Amino acid sequence: MGVLTPVVKESKGKIKNNRSSDSVMEVVLYVIAVLFLIILIYPLYFIVIASFSDPSAVAGGQVWLFPKGFTLDGYKELLRHSNIWIGYRNTILYTIVGTLIGLVVNISAAYALSRKDLKGRKFLSLFFIFTMFFNGGLIPTFLTVRDFHMYDTFLVMVLPFSVGVYNIIVARTFFQTSIPGDLWEAAQIDGCGNLRFFTGIVLPLSKAIIAVLGLWIAVGHWNSYFNALIYLKNPNLHPLQLILRNILITNQMQSGIGSGEAAQLALRLANMMRYSVIIVATVPIMCVYPFIQKYFNQGVMIGAVKE
Amino acid sequence: MRSGQASSGGTLMAVKRNWGLYLLLLPAVVLSLLFAYKPMYGILIAFKDYSPALGITESPWAGFKYFEKFFNSYQFSNTIKNTLIISLYSLVTFPIPIILALMVNQMRPNRFRRFFQTVSYMPHFISTVVMVGLMVILLSPSTGLVGNLFSLFGKEAPDLLGSSSLFSSVYVWSDVWQHVGWDSIIFIAALSAVDPSLYEAATVDGASRWHKVRYIDIPMLMPTAVTLLILRVGGLLGVGFEKVYLMQNDLNATSSEILSTYVYKIGLLSSQYSFSSAVNLFNTVINFILLIIVNQISKKISENSLW
Repeated sequence: MGVLTPVVKESKGKIKNNRSSDSVMEVVLYVIAVLFLIILIYPLYFIVIASFSDPSAVAGGQVWLFPKGFTLDGYKELLRHSNIWIGYRNTILYTIVGTLIGLVVNISAAYALSRKDLKGRKFLSLFFIFTMFFNGGLIPTFLTVRDFHMYDTFLVMVLPFSVGVYNIIVARTFFQTSIPGDLWEAAQIDGCGNLRFFTGIVLPLSKAIIAVLGLWIAVGHWNSYFNALIYLKNPNLHPLQLILRNILITNQMQSGIGSGEAAQLALRLANMMRYSVIIVATVPIMCVYPFIQKYFNQGVMIGAVKE
Repeated sequence: MRSGQASSGGTLMAVKRNWGLYLLLLPAVVLSLLFAYKPMYGILIAFKDYSPALGITESPWAGFKYFEKFFNSYQFSNTIKNTLIISLYSLVTFPIPIILALMVNQMRPNRFRRFFQTVSYMPHFISTVVMVGLMVILLSPSTGLVGNLFSLFGKEAPDLLGSSSLFSSVYVWSDVWQHVGWDSIIFIAALSAVDPSLYEAATVDGASRWHKVRYIDIPMLMPTAVTLLILRVGGLLGVGFEKVYLMQNDLNATSSEILSTYVYKIGLLSSQYSFSSAVNLFNTVINFILLIIVNQISKKISENSLW
């Protein structure tokens, strides 16, 4: 209640004014909110309409609210690039396999750590948390991966870095707060072991946290770029993001930068593709998230707040 | 207290009874040992003249040679300055997600609020590669949205990505644009945990909406904010590699070289393993020390701490 004493002091005799100041605040609030929405949405919306527009109209600044010179050429050009589809296939594979591995590793560890009767619980928590703040660094990690013969393999993209300490902490807190201890005691009396209790009772009760962690891990894999840059040489293993960099940022097509006319053509095609490639690469992952959003309240929020 | 033997026997019993839990922990522990703890041994490379043929153990000792080399190089002050500028600048934007959360909390729970939140999370799902690609497209002074906007007013647009002096601003504010909504989730969660009777009591005392924000909401957010702030300060020299690396070009080179991009370039691109590891270790140790100091200070002042 100490929090409220200043209010009492300051608000003497102000009660009448409050109603009008409240409605002023309401108006200001919604004006700012709408401006904020515009700043957030417009660049995204612009990419969408630009992807359907004639590239010279976009470059000339004639595209503002609606597509101009409607065309699907950017998307058609996209279809012809086999390396984008190889990247797409690889990213989907990495995302599916990597998310499954990540969920198994992190959820099971988190559950074990959430149990108060786990001997050595404190030490084990510290064992994981320490890696959040201290690590061997780029070169030693690179050499380790190479020593295990994982350099330039499928496995390097899904296995070595699947332990997410932050994920474990959030999931552990979720289990601590939402799986009552009595449940385990009751199950034990019925002769149920830890593993069966975990798979048969805990997991079905934890859909929210599984969905949320699954989304986080999947987004991480879908957007992953650094590991691929460092550990993959074989172009047939390259994920979408690595190929996107060539198209979007360094502006190189698979044929490389040729000379004269060929280079001109490549540049024009690259410019046309840029907008559509952004859409094709981003829409899938954005489509997943609204379905998971309803779990945020149960999942993340419980996990995060009571940490 | 029982005798040593009896208690270790008790421990063994406890472990045996809960063997299933240890099995659940096994994958995460093994992966952490192999890919987080094993590379820590590789830190020795920083103190040796590492040669791949000899391996870590056999390579001759070099003492602090590589640290001295770094401290005496012209890149020392430059990379540290750039890293600090970007991270301190980011730190200044720390309150923005809190302000957003306070705003959302003031909105009535209706369609608009849901829409607002959904949209504000969305940019978070854009990958770093696409995000930088977006910036390349939209911020182009000749053909981009910014260029068009300036030419609408008959002015010449600044080259935002090709400018040394604007690099940190572009980096930080594009980050705010992308993550502000997502970062606000945790604060919105903290606000949803506020006891409604506090608001009722404040209303009875004649508090306006602003008073409630000022004297109830903000104090309620402090513990969460401090915890997150500690983590941020602990990572002060840990500005992420990906986005900076992707945003780098010849024009902004003087202000875009940071510790992590430097480590990558000297290590993996020019194979100076020992030198790169030394720079990396310096970075990690400073971060670790900062984290401990800030955590200690926070413990004294606000009784909030990570451990």
